[in-house]
Amino acid sequence: MKHTISVLLQNKPGVLSRVTGLFSGRGFNIESLAVNQTLDPEVSCLTLVTTGPDSIIEQITKQLHKLIDVIKVTDMREVECVEREMALIRVKAEAATRAEVLRIVDIFRGKVVDVSPKSYAIELTGDDKKIQALIDILKPIGIQEIVRTGTIAMARAKKTP
Amino acid sequence: MKITGTQAIMKCLKEQNVNVIFGFPGGAVIDLYDEIMRTEWLTHVLVRHEQAAVHAADAYARVRGEVGVALVTSGPGATNTVTGIASAYLDSIPMVVFTGQVPTALIGNDAFQEVDIVGITRPCTKHNYLVKDPKDLVPTIREAFHIARTGRPGPVLIDLPKDVMAAMITFPEEKPIRMRTYRPTYEPHPGQIEKACQAMLHAKRPVLYIGGGVIASNASDEVTELGRKLSIPVTMTLMGLGGFPGTDPLSLGMLGMHGTYYANMAVAECDLLIAVGARFDDRVTGRIDAFAPEAEIIHIDIDPASISKNVEVDIPIVADCRQAVAAMNSWFNRAKDFDRDKVAQRHEPWLEKIRGWKDKHPLGYLEETDVIKPQFVVEKLHELTHGDAIITTEVGQNQMWAAQFYQFNKPRHFMTSGGLGVMGYGFPAAIGAQMAAPDKVVIDIAGDGSIQMNIQEMATARQYHCPVKIAILNNNYLGMVRQWQELFYDKRYSNTTLDVAPDFVALARAYGAVGLRATKPSEVEPVIKEALATDNLVIMDFVISREEGVYPMVPAGKATTEMLLV
Repeated sequence: MKHTISVLLQNKPGVLSRVTGLFSGRGFNIESLAVNQTLDPEVSCLTLVTTGPDSIIEQITKQLHKLIDVIKVTDMREVECVEREMALIRVKAEAATRAEVLRIVDIFRGKVVDVSPKSYAIELTGDDKKIQALIDILKPIGIQEIVRTGTIAMARAKKTP
Repeated sequence: MKITGTQAIMKCLKEQNVNVIFGFPGGAVIDLYDEIMRTEWLTHVLVRHEQAAVHAADAYARVRGEVGVALVTSGPGATNTVTGIASAYLDSIPMVVFTGQVPTALIGNDAFQEVDIVGITRPCTKHNYLVKDPKDLVPTIREAFHIARTGRPGPVLIDLPKDVMAAMITFPEEKPIRMRTYRPTYEPHPGQIEKACQAMLHAKRPVLYIGGGVIASNASDEVTELGRKLSIPVTMTLMGLGGFPGTDPLSLGMLGMHGTYYANMAVAECDLLIAVGARFDDRVTGRIDAFAPEAEIIHIDIDPASISKNVEVDIPIVADCRQAVAAMNSWFNRAKDFDRDKVAQRHEPWLEKIRGWKDKHPLGYLEETDVIKPQFVVEKLHELTHGDAIITTEVGQNQMWAAQFYQFNKPRHFMTSGGLGVMGYGFPAAIGAQMAAPDKVVIDIAGDGSIQMNIQEMATARQYHCPVKIAILNNNYLGMVRQWQELFYDKRYSNTTLDVAPDFVALARAYGAVGLRATKPSEVEPVIKEALATDNLVIMDFVISREEGVYPMVPAGKATTEMLLV
């Protein structure tokens, strides 16, 4: 089962390697990873996506908690949340397909961020399913390069005041 | 007033009540060693190999219940500590290791004797630091001691660049340490205590399974009270030996791969397993699905990550073992429906069954008159020291025989590298233990293989007048691996025969120590008596029956009920 885990940690040198070292050392896998500063410059937020049975996820969260520099660990599966990642996709766009590529990008609410005579670079944000869907559609036309970020996630605010 | 970093380090040690450290100098820490020479209240034990400094600090910490301290230089000094640190980490021993580092300006330059020791030890320390800014020096040291001794204890490493130690700093005042990210839970949840006690009240076949956490949290008295109050038989892990009196009728001795027949049978058939400060290690559980299959499981541990890691737990209690067991004791003291005699009566059939197992397969060995049995040596050591010696061990058969046959009645009297299994641990540990308890008899029960892994410490023991007694159970083999080869590899003794061995008696003399040898059973007692009467380092070389095995034995991957017996 796929889990997105959000980790708040002290923004100190070597902290990221404590987290990744924990995963490699204990044989947990990381599917994607994103990390950056929060509003508090002393705190970083690390979001990682991992898979495993519940017992493994429980160990992952406990072991993350055990790291001295970790402030908070949240398994986003246990809360309502918004998840996003971003992809940059360079797709072949020659005379016959240029218009179609633009139409597709429009449907997905993507943006063209780089144009050349034979290709477009497209920027798309969304959850991993949406990005995978665009990739699947563009594949037959000819994808030349893909760069994707890790997933980031934020818990939804309470709807009642 | 400003002081140097090295002076600040000394003040920190004083603040932490450290007065013995173990170490070895080098270029990166030469300023600190200069300061040590001026510091009269501090005893620095100069080891002969950095690994030994860490093992010695480990045993010092175990005997005293305090934080052990080791100090080494950068590069090879630092890398030599890794085995010791990893051992302390797996055994949850509180320790601070100071390593020298090249000046900050050179870090990352592949400078002479530079190594990224913080990177290397990240997975085997509880936490570690590289101090880059002199103003962080003192707060870091204070935090390191705090982390090492609190929660689930463990080793913490501080890497100290040469220029940071040379810098002039203002010594900050000591404040209570409050960390945003680290607050171990000491107090048990009353609801969980209630649940656990109810389960104990109704169990018919309970077993207490206690580990190193009982020693670390000084919970032996509380656990002993609980066991006796409820007539619950108690089994101990290797790390838990001494946590409950080994000679008590309720003691089942050690469980697991080389545990007693009755301990393993009791765990297999119990209906309630109360794990206290133990971590369901593979050497304890054997095949995991066959471990305590009928039991409801209560698990007390200060480390939440230990709970339900290997075995699913029914009643988890995250807390300090001593506080949790004390809470249980007072629950039973208050409980109206608890009647000590009634519970004892109800457990009688269970205890009777266990006595049956004990009678059928007691811990034992086949006695012989012409060759020395290693178990006999350990029994004699127990008898002649009245069970009161501090015993350290190396790793392998010697370790298991010591664990099985020296019945430990008190905590902090048995030091062994339990988790990592380090050959070469016992002798430096014995030096550390002797420094911690100068008036105690300290015996390293060793094998002829493992004693050679840190034999250079003979000089250290002599230099600091540590009258450690080394009992070598000498079979001219790497005995434990040989035993596996005998049982599972068709007696193909690949590289386990020590064809060339030193004359240990002559070796002892070479270091100015005393060497004694016993080759017949009748010589064992006189040799031990002479060693105990000698106020000097002694090697006792016991030439034992060569192919003696450690039994019972649960083959790897088997259920703990599938024991090979004597």
